[in-house]
Parts: sequence; structure tokens; C-alpha cells
Amino acid sequence: MGNERLYLQEELYTDDHLHHEDDICVRENIVYQKPSVLLDNPFHYCPGCGHSTVHKLIAEVIEEMGIQEQTIGVAPVGCAVFAYNYLDIDWSEAAHGRASAVATGIKRVFPDKFVFSYQGDGDLAAIGTGETIHTCNRGENITIIFINNGIYGMTGGQMAPTTLPGMKSTTSPEGRDVNFVGYPLKISELVAQLPGTYYVTRQAVFSPNHVRKAKKAIRNAFEYQKLNKGTCLVEIVSNCPSNWKMTPTESNMWLQDNMLKFYQLGDIKVPKKEEAK
Amino acid sequence: MKELKLMKGNEAIAEAAIRSGCDAYFGYPITPQSEILEYLATYANKRTGMVVLQAESEIASINMVYGAAGCGKRVMTSSSSPGISLMQEGISYIACAELPCLLVNVMRGGPGLGTIQPSQGDYFQTVKGGGHGDYKLITLAPSTIQEAVDFVKLAFELAFKWRNPVMLLLDGAIGQMMEKVELFPQQERITEYEPWATTGKPKNRERNIITSLHMHPEDMEKTNIHLQNKYRQIEKEEVRYETYMCDDAEYIFTGFGLVARIAKKAAEIARNKGYKVGVFRPITLFPFPYEQINNYAKKIKGILDIEMNVGQMLEDVKLAVNGLVPVEFHGRTGGMIPTPEEIVEKFEEKIIRK
Repeated sequence: MGNERLYLQEELYTDDHLHHEDDICVRENIVYQKPSVLLDNPFHYCPGCGHSTVHKLIAEVIEEMGIQEQTIGVAPVGCAVFAYNYLDIDWSEAAHGRASAVATGIKRVFPDKFVFSYQGDGDLAAIGTGETIHTCNRGENITIIFINNGIYGMTGGQMAPTTLPGMKSTTSPEGRDVNFVGYPLKISELVAQLPGTYYVTRQAVFSPNHVRKAKKAIRNAFEYQKLNKGTCLVEIVSNCPSNWKMTPTESNMWLQDNMLKFYQLGDIKVPKKEEAK
Repeated sequence: MKELKLMKGNEAIAEAAIRSGCDAYFGYPITPQSEILEYLATYANKRTGMVVLQAESEIASINMVYGAAGCGKRVMTSSSSPGISLMQEGISYIACAELPCLLVNVMRGGPGLGTIQPSQGDYFQTVKGGGHGDYKLITLAPSTIQEAVDFVKLAFELAFKWRNPVMLLLDGAIGQMMEKVELFPQQERITEYEPWATTGKPKNRERNIITSLHMHPEDMEKTNIHLQNKYRQIEKEEVRYETYMCDDAEYIFTGFGLVARIAKKAAEIARNKGYKVGVFRPITLFPFPYEQINNYAKKIKGILDIEMNVGQMLEDVKLAVNGLVPVEFHGRTGGMIPTPEEIVEKFEEKIIRK
């Protein structure tokens, strides 16, 4: 693209003394832009929802690794059911909970491709628990992106397997009673116990710092697919302003004060240094 | 040179799958069809590089099939009745997403956990839906092990020709018994992929999306109309059936799969008794040979339909006959198999002496 001007058109200049040739708004000076893998379709997600951010991070990682032509995504049933509208790659839209089985089918016939599933907590940790555990136990060389916002978003705010103790939802209107429905499931800690998992980490995207860390984790989880060492799972503790009935800012505050106490951020299982080379 | 072997039905199906150039099998053990998985696990990968993966459930199996079939590969699964019930959601998705694949149901007695003995109790499930929504499986019903072998190859051809799942529907007896089979030569595995397959998006094409989701009612209806048009075309082009001594017949026995073989013997016994009986055997259960049965109904006095269930294909035979002649039924269930003598007795009781 050379020195093409990107944003400033000459007629907008009122200061004629400025030398346009020295304009800093040229492509080589760009420090941030929308990844090319991310399509122009407007996100259907609610304002403030973490899904859009995570989609963008995956798009950035695919672009930076140069693996757009080798990547196949598997979309879930849940709010991210339309994930295939946003990333310019091949996609398979799975039945509810079965994304990791679908991803297994793809990876087994195309072992050299990068295959990832993108799943919410109802999809991955309730109806799809069996597929999740067995995919991880087989050590399928896929990346699982797991969005945990403690609630069923798409169906309108019902209790999820990840809903916090005491947390209200449309199906736990008095708050989750752990004596009646049990405790929330920490699926990342669970699958980290299995020899089949290679990398399990829990991240968040509510602040720029956390977004940067989450991106690094997603990058790792894709890079490790090259090693054929096992399943990589990146859990993102996220928010649901609409069903938590909060503003986006309030939801991010509540996430820090409540979700992160139960779902502590950080790596749960990391490759030994000599292995990850 | 002919390659003749004495083979068990399930193993012959597995051998035919390898020779068809099948790329992947995903399945879960269940009697009476586990030999398919066992045979493939022993030989397939060594011979052709075919992927054979034992899944944690039938639900996982059918969704692995969905993923791999979406890649444009030749993919299959097999199970028996309760396992096929578990797969119904996935089969509905596969039909809507128009993914070619082979499903094998070696039927056992039901309902419920039922029995491990042979049955034909899944006709309705296979032909009338099973899963949710308006979809059809091309359904092939072999009555010999030779046919089971040949139909595996045919099933993959039809699946890709029509972008539709194909069901090989047989009972546990055909799965378990041994017969002489002539095997076809090894076919090449797929090297060029369908344009719709998720193979990774090159720069020069739009992204491929395998989905059964159409949120706007207009789109969903359009998808249904497209599917129905395809099914009407399949009905025009793919009807298969066999007739036995039907030319001069005054009465016809109808039955599919194993039962049709027994019915042939019964027809011979009936002819020795002086009744002109023929046998009509639908080979494709969808598309069903309505027209062909209707044509015979114009020339005969009555039909006895025989099945190893309580009367499932019977409904389609009656639709085909459309009231032209009486249609009577004899069925056995629970793993019981009708004998030729029993069929003749029922024929005399329900049609001749009525």
C-alpha cells in the first residue's frame, strides 16, 4: 500500500502550512488495526459482551501466525452460534455440546490443519461435558476456547453449571442453592488432571492488560497444535451484562469482585519448558 | 479374477468399507454389530490409512462423522437400534447440512434395551424421520451379505451424488451369519475435495460453512424446499426393488431384507400347493417403490406383507396399493424369525380362507 493516506483526506486540512508528505498517518506507522481475518459483519453480541473481544483476539492470532488457509473453526450452540459470521475461515456449526466431537472428526481427517472449537459454559460444561472430557482425555490436538460467563446467555439467563453459589438467574431466582443443585463445575481444573491435556489456562478480557494476556494464551494454544502434544484449553472468564442485568461497566466490576474469586485467573497446566520447544 | 470369500456379514461390511476407499469410521461398540468396529480397528489403518476411532458414545460418534463428512471425506459409522436412536439428533443435522456419509444399522429387537436378536423394528425410525424435522435418508436394505457388500460401495456413491446421508438397514441375522461373497477391488481414497468442504479457506474462495442453522424463516423454508426437491428427484431416479415369480402371480408377498429371502421359500411352497404367489422386495426403503407395487396391485388378488416388527413397511405397502386389493400382515418380534411354513399358513388363513 506504500505511503497511501489512510484516514486524512487533503480537503479536510485547514492548515495549509502542514507538509502532507510528512504526515504520520501512513501505513508503516500503523500500530493497531482490525485484523484482516475479522470480517466486516457487525457483531450481534450485546454491548460490553466479552465474545466480540475474544473473536478479535482469535482473528489476530490466526492472522499473525499466517494460518488462515489451514484453520477450521467449530462454532457451538449458544450466543456464539454465529461465530462463523465473523472470522474469515472455514467453519463447522456443531450441535449443542458436541463441538469438541465435531472438531475431533475434522482433526482426525486433517491432522495438519489447525482446528479449534469455540464454546460457552452451557455448551462445554453441561450438555457437552462428556465430549469435553473424552476429547481432552484422548489428547486431541485441537484448541478449545471456553467462554465462561456463569449463565446461559442465548436462552435468556438460566442457571449454568458455572453459575456461582448464591448467584441469581431465571432458574435460580433465589440464588444458586448448592445443597439443591450442587456447586459450580471448574472444568479447567478438571481437564487439567488428564494426561491428554497439554495446556490449560484461565484468562479474562475485562481490561486491556487482561486482553493482552488472553491473546498470548490463545496464541500459545494455537502454536502448541504444531507440536501434537495434546489438547489446549483456554478458559475466558467473561461477562453477560444483559442477563446479569448490569451495565457493561458494572458487569466488569462484578466479574472482578465475584467471578474471579471462584474462577482464579492464571495457568492451570503448562508444558514443561523442554517440551514446548 | 473373482475374489470369493466366506465372510460374516458385519466383517464383510467392514471389508467393503475399506475397499470403498472409506477415509474414516467413528463408532461405539454395541451388539450385534461390534465386529464392524473390531474388523476395521484390526485392518483398516494398516491397509489404506483409514482413520478408525472408537468414540465415547454414539452421540460423539455421529458428531465426529458430522465434522469429518463436512471435510468432504468418505465417512461412516455403524451401530444397532438403541445406538442409532442416540444418533438421531446428529443425523438430522447431517441431513440438513447435506453431508454425504454412510450409516449402518444392524437392527436388534426393541423397544428399549430390547434384545440382541435380529429385528426390523427401526423401519419407521429410518424411513419416516427418527430425528426432528423434514428430512430423508436414502435407505438400502440388503437381504444377502453379497448385497450388503455391494451396497456399501453404492451407498458412498449415492451419498456423494446427492449430498445426502445413506442408511444401510439390515437385521442382526445378516450381520452375524456367514455367506460366500465376491469382493470388489480396492478403490482409491479421496484426493480431490468437494467445493463445499471445510478444507481450510484458500484466498480465492469464500469461506465454507457447514451448518444446519437458518435463523430467518424465509431461509429455513427455502432450505426445506431445496431438500424436498432433492428428495423428489431421488424418488424419480433411485428406486430399487426385486421381484420373484411375480409375472403370473395372483398373490404377492412383500418384505424387505432377510424376510424377503424367507418369503421366496414360502412362495415356492405355496406354488407347490397350487397358489400363484410371487415376492416383491423393496431394496430402497426410501425412495419406496410405490408405483411398482401399485402396478402389481392392479393385476393380483391380495398381498401378504411380512416383517420382523408389528407392521411398519406395511403402511407404505398399503399406501402403494391404495385399496385396490386386500393387504394382510404377518409379523414376528423380539428376535423371532418367521419360517416359510408359518408364512404359508398365515397366507392361507388371512387371504385364501378369508
